[in-house]
Amino acid sequence: MSVLKVVVVGNGMVGHHFVTTLAKKDLDVEIIVLGEEPRIAYDRVHLSEVFAGREASDLALASLDTYAELGITTRLGDPVVSLDRETKVVVTQSGARFNYDMLVLATGSYPFVPQVPGADHPRCLEYRTIEDLEAIKSAALGSKRGVVVGGGLLGLECANALQNLGLDTHVVEFAPGLMSVQLDAPGSQQLRTRIEGLGITVHTSKNTTNIKSVGSKSLRMEFADDSSLNTDLIVFSAGIRPRDELAKASDLVTGERGGIVINEHCITSDPSIYAIGECALHEGRVYGLVAPGYRMAETAADRIAGGSACFTGADMSTKLKLLGVDVGSIGDAHAQTVGAQVCALSDEQAGTYKKIVISSDGKKLLGAVLIGDCDNYDTLLQYQQNDIALPDTPVSLITPASGTPLLAANALPKTATICSCHNVTKGCIIDAIEAGCGSLADVKANTAASTGCGGCATMLKSLVDDELAARGVVIDKSICEHFPHTRQELFHIAKINSLQSFEDMITHAGTGKGCDICKPAIASIMASLWNDHILKPSLVSQQDTNDTFMANMQKDGTYSVVPRIPGGEITPEKLIVLGEVGKKYDLYTKITGAQRVDLFGAQLHQLPDIWRELTDAGFETGHAYGKALRTVKSCVGSTWCRYGVQDSVGMAILIESRYKGLRAPHKIKSAVSGCTRECAEAQSKDFGVIATENGWNLYVGGNGGMRPRHADLFATDLDDATLIRYIDRYLMFYVRTADRLQRTSTWLDSLEGGLDYLKEVVIDDSLGIAAELEEQMSHLVNTYQCEWKTALGDPEMLKRFRRFVNSDGNDKGVQFVRERGQKRPARDDERDDVIAVAS
Amino acid sequence: MTGVETKPNWYRLCYVDDLVPQSGVCALLERAGEEDQQIAVFYLPEEREQLFALGNYDPVGKAFVLSRGIVGDLQGHLVVASPLYKQHFDLRTGRCLEDQSISVPVYQVRLADDRVEICA
Repeated sequence: MSVLKVVVVGNGMVGHHFVTTLAKKDLDVEIIVLGEEPRIAYDRVHLSEVFAGREASDLALASLDTYAELGITTRLGDPVVSLDRETKVVVTQSGARFNYDMLVLATGSYPFVPQVPGADHPRCLEYRTIEDLEAIKSAALGSKRGVVVGGGLLGLECANALQNLGLDTHVVEFAPGLMSVQLDAPGSQQLRTRIEGLGITVHTSKNTTNIKSVGSKSLRMEFADDSSLNTDLIVFSAGIRPRDELAKASDLVTGERGGIVINEHCITSDPSIYAIGECALHEGRVYGLVAPGYRMAETAADRIAGGSACFTGADMSTKLKLLGVDVGSIGDAHAQTVGAQVCALSDEQAGTYKKIVISSDGKKLLGAVLIGDCDNYDTLLQYQQNDIALPDTPVSLITPASGTPLLAANALPKTATICSCHNVTKGCIIDAIEAGCGSLADVKANTAASTGCGGCATMLKSLVDDELAARGVVIDKSICEHFPHTRQELFHIAKINSLQSFEDMITHAGTGKGCDICKPAIASIMASLWNDHILKPSLVSQQDTNDTFMANMQKDGTYSVVPRIPGGEITPEKLIVLGEVGKKYDLYTKITGAQRVDLFGAQLHQLPDIWRELTDAGFETGHAYGKALRTVKSCVGSTWCRYGVQDSVGMAILIESRYKGLRAPHKIKSAVSGCTRECAEAQSKDFGVIATENGWNLYVGGNGGMRPRHADLFATDLDDATLIRYIDRYLMFYVRTADRLQRTSTWLDSLEGGLDYLKEVVIDDSLGIAAELEEQMSHLVNTYQCEWKTALGDPEMLKRFRRFVNSDGNDKGVQFVRERGQKRPARDDERDDVIAVAS
Repeated sequence: MTGVETKPNWYRLCYVDDLVPQSGVCALLERAGEEDQQIAVFYLPEEREQLFALGNYDPVGKAFVLSRGIVGDLQGHLVVASPLYKQHFDLRTGRCLEDQSISVPVYQVRLADDRVEICA
């Protein structure tokens, strides 16, 4: 059989998707791609990012090399100008002729420009191609104001682009509201409010009647209501029109308002010609979104390869971020279905609007509009697409108080789409698992699910976990690809074999070179076991930057410094030193939640100087940078307080001094309260101590932060020595057995046997390891060193604290502005443009 | 990377003693008439190339920090993990493993006696 010759006209996103889909099929086929634009297919959807600093070349979806590898012949910058259906030949502008067996038209669309006098002015532009962007960029030079005609999805994208160019941006829309196709009136209004809040002016119900030249570089737009608007440039983005001229000239059937008519197989009125994407008209509809175009491309590729795929229309539901505002529209957003009922919540204070459209019997979700908060989008989409029965009070799906009632993966039918970017259903994922995929990564690689926008990641993970668990597959708990072990196992391997370095560990129990997961985890295990200085040469390359430089990296790459203030007790003299150091090095100064002082904005080369002054004054490192004991907070206790029953400050200092520098799977916080009023909030700490008339009560496993957990009462009325003994054992048992980055609260929750088991191990010594735990803790306590003090005495260690190894020049990337009398990092819009230099 | 094309030259950057094995340092590329550039130089003595150089700017975290990331390998790529948000950048190509559309500049770099030289 001779090779099937497929000619594709157009190399936009849909044309590209078609050729790559077809080329990967097991088919003897010659593919020829003819494109009008001078460059290979690129991601038009993210065009506006070019204005935000992305290179145009970064948008490319493929390279000529990858096309060549797929056996595709490519001819770009040479549009097809005629089509002879009789002889099955297309001819390009340069006169090249190509025969075809099958022709695929993927010619896309062009921006609709209303017929207004003056719209052909050179400062009136379009927004579709990278060349259009270049034209907009050069027109924007020296311009102050830019107008986008069109308040739809593309128009607002374009407004974003103009604003990124620094123009005073206006949007002019013919309809009474923004995005009127996808949004109802209140949703549209909420979107408008949000967008105007960003400094963009919106004009609606404006019918442009004339565009006049004012001087050499300005324009005046005149509207039907006699108002007018002056501007320096205009970009038309008021919808699209299909590129069907080739089809018309060769008498293919086209729609009255344009578009090449196709059937459900994406075949035109000529059985040898397909049309896909924005140039195609399916059941009276042109789809201006990329996803339906992709579905058409897949359908056409499948038919050409002998398959039976059908394109049955596409869901136009959309979720996107427009100018930073979340916007979602699902199904029947305008409630046009007969008998439809509407539940809507408008929160002007939060700037959100949420509406659901429900069937007359209250059982099905027909549509939704979401502005300002799209958290519920995925769940709502599942309800709508799969006709899942709604809960008794459907409004709970959008009320904030009830939280997001996530639809569990196991409640979905097999036909439910999990990943809408790549059209992967729950059924596809189950098939992949049946076929042998044994992990989330396998499923992703096999089905492409969750490799697009990533919005379905959570649902995909829970589905895969459920399905694997149902098949009795043990979930892989390796900490990373380099070690097939949990942290607990690694701890034991290191201890039993006396392994003292990362190299030893990887030789003994792992593969490869390590990564940012296993290296710090093993560094922490090494510290818990052997307690060497973290800047020892064999350890230095494993540390996270915070440990390497013994300070906390902030968002701009500078560091913050937190000296230890045990128990929160500090002399006036030492407080003055902190003030002086802060002043001398111009550091932003803030009191932390843990009764300490944080000094921000130090650069790498300043850290040793700062610490020399601090250690000279008697300060030690506070380990705020480490997964280590942080602070032991205290109330003022019986020394001063009328109600205190024990010296809580004294006990806090004792505890903090004992465990300072203890490296652990995660940070550890503690507090001591002097009476039952609990002013130190000890019950929100990894371990907390509360004074009683007879001694101390010990609490364990508390946490504040993201997932607060009240600590559990562990033992009561302890004397000082017993209290410390229990804490020694408790902490060491946690250090040995917890997972990487697992706080005591989740560790305790996951501990089989829970609190009772922990009591047996720590109090009753049921495992017979209490002495060993105490011994190990005492080793750590006895080998404590202030890491900063040691480092300051070692020139080799200090060598790392250089901004640049070859220059004393300033780091121009670090920029500050002043606010409320102190410095802070400059925001993007406040920075001198040094980024361009870097990229 | 746009603008007038100039012929790349080799520049002396620093000494091999300035480097830290299995880790990165930042060096400033100073050229007459050009803005200074921050270069992250990674030293992996057991690799064939031994030296790797990327732009120090992390385009995700938007700060000059890549030289301070942890070096390792992932899915067969030699990578540095940004210390800010932990994206991984391929030391050989500059590509971001988490988002193929993002990359950082890569420079040729070589050892000439005890000097580290960069081609820019």
